[in-house]
Amino acid sequence: MSGMFPAVATFLAASIEGTEMMAILVGVGATRGWRSTLLGAAAGFATLVGLTFALGTALLNVPIQRLRLAVGALLLTLGLQWLKKALLRIALPSARKKAAASSQMVRREQQDEIDWYAFVIAFKGVVLEGLEIAFIVVTFGAEANQVGWAAAGAVAALVGVGSIAFLIRGWLARVPREWLRFSVGILLAAFGTFWAAEGALVQWPGGDLSVLWLLGVMAATAFAYLGVLRRHAATTGL
Amino acid sequence: MRYIRPFLKFWYDFIVGDDWTIAASIAVGIAATFWLAHSKIQAWWLLPAVAILTLGVSLWRAARAERIRSIKFLTN
Repeated sequence: MSGMFPAVATFLAASIEGTEMMAILVGVGATRGWRSTLLGAAAGFATLVGLTFALGTALLNVPIQRLRLAVGALLLTLGLQWLKKALLRIALPSARKKAAASSQMVRREQQDEIDWYAFVIAFKGVVLEGLEIAFIVVTFGAEANQVGWAAAGAVAALVGVGSIAFLIRGWLARVPREWLRFSVGILLAAFGTFWAAEGALVQWPGGDLSVLWLLGVMAATAFAYLGVLRRHAATTGL
Repeated sequence: MRYIRPFLKFWYDFIVGDDWTIAASIAVGIAATFWLAHSKIQAWWLLPAVAILTLGVSLWRAARAERIRSIKFLTN
């Protein structure tokens, strides 16, 4: 029974971090393609496993604040770029036509190549969230002297969240590409803002739950801008 | 040199993309957030505000450029 507490505690904490990780992986995979996203995720997991075995409890000394700052800044920048492109393509028919022509050309050129954008985002998402899960395992496990149970709780959480992500990926394939890009842009911008600010020493009111209102604010902003762009397109004939 | 140039180009495209003002605004926003938080001033609101404003300005610039392109196309 003594192993149950760290197992349940890490299961719950790792479920939250795992959901953030899977949200990024599923979003990027559905938008940019699964092959490069899965390769990036696999490389991220391999790095994580290597770091965990090499460092052990010294893992707690990894400068997670700096990592959050770097990954958050990149995700926020990328999320805003994706959101901007999606909004322009959804609202302005002229931008949509131009994008369709250039994406056909790129697809023909790069069919067998790795999409490094998808690879890097997946890799960073897995390494950052995975490190946070590893910290949770080491902290809870070391306190109760039950690292094995704590690790089992985290693995169970990742398998559970991963299975849900696997089940919804088929449904995501039916969502129009630009609306998918729109949703992933909101996700990346919200998570990016959260991590970058945390890395810059900000204390979020409500802790990790702030991600939820950040997602709401980003979504409301995106829909407001979409309305403005559509009105602009209707009046200018773009 | 054969590998360095594509590597640098990838990171430039990844971070800067087609509008350098997004990356620049986020960098300034994070620096300002860090400074405020370091000075023990509540700063959680700053980065979301910077992100929302940056997206608005970038969309406005892109829509204006699109309109100029369509006018040039019609007059040529």
